[in-house]
Amino acid sequence: MDMVLDILSWGLLLGGGFFVFVGGLGLFRMPDFYTRIHAASLTDTMGAGMILVGLMLQAGLTLVTAKLLMILIFIFFTSPTSTHALAKAALFAGVRPLIYPPAKKEAKEAAPTKEDATS
Amino acid sequence: MYTVATLAVLVTMALALARAVMGPTVFDRILAVNMIATKTTILIALLGFLSGRPDFLDIALAYALINFIGSVAILKFFKYRDLSHSGWLSPDAPHPHRMPNWMPPEVVDILQKHPAPDDKQEPRS
Repeated sequence: MDMVLDILSWGLLLGGGFFVFVGGLGLFRMPDFYTRIHAASLTDTMGAGMILVGLMLQAGLTLVTAKLLMILIFIFFTSPTSTHALAKAALFAGVRPLIYPPAKKEAKEAAPTKEDATS
Repeated sequence: MYTVATLAVLVTMALALARAVMGPTVFDRILAVNMIATKTTILIALLGFLSGRPDFLDIALAYALINFIGSVAILKFFKYRDLSHSGWLSPDAPHPHRMPNWMPPEVVDILQKHPAPDDKQEPRS
């Protein structure tokens, strides 16, 4: 049983380290602010979650596990909130996505016909 | 195993620090600093297990809380340019929730036809 828990926690720690590293690489290499937000939030959810669950499996049923669980819950609630606030603030401050402008002609021709048909 | 995860976290913090130094906009820097702080909580927890004394978890807990408050405070400062701003705006002030002027025209049309209840040009009490 200890063997199984050890292997499981090692796998979780290695996977968490992989996700953390990939998220950092994405934060460094991505071409656009919004894609960088995606990479960073991937790090916060998958990487932090897997590493903390792996540490919880190593600690067993002690007070340490309760503290790790509290850290996990805080990160799970605060990280998407702050990422959302950051994306909204950047959007309304005028940071453009990289793919703008889209193809204007098809959109302008397609949109009014639908609106006229419904209204 | 702790060593591998710690090394991954340290490399990620170095990459995020590089992004914070060379980020083109201020939001890139905020994102990178936020990520460094989240990685610091994980690093504190990992270092406690690595040294065999997991007593630093209270510090990691406090750090996770301070991280969230700090990033929201920085975002509020860059939105209102004033940390003691109450969110109330005078009627002739430019509304901070208005659409940016680079939105695609079809999106602007849709949003003007169906305004959200919170999205009117009025001061919020």
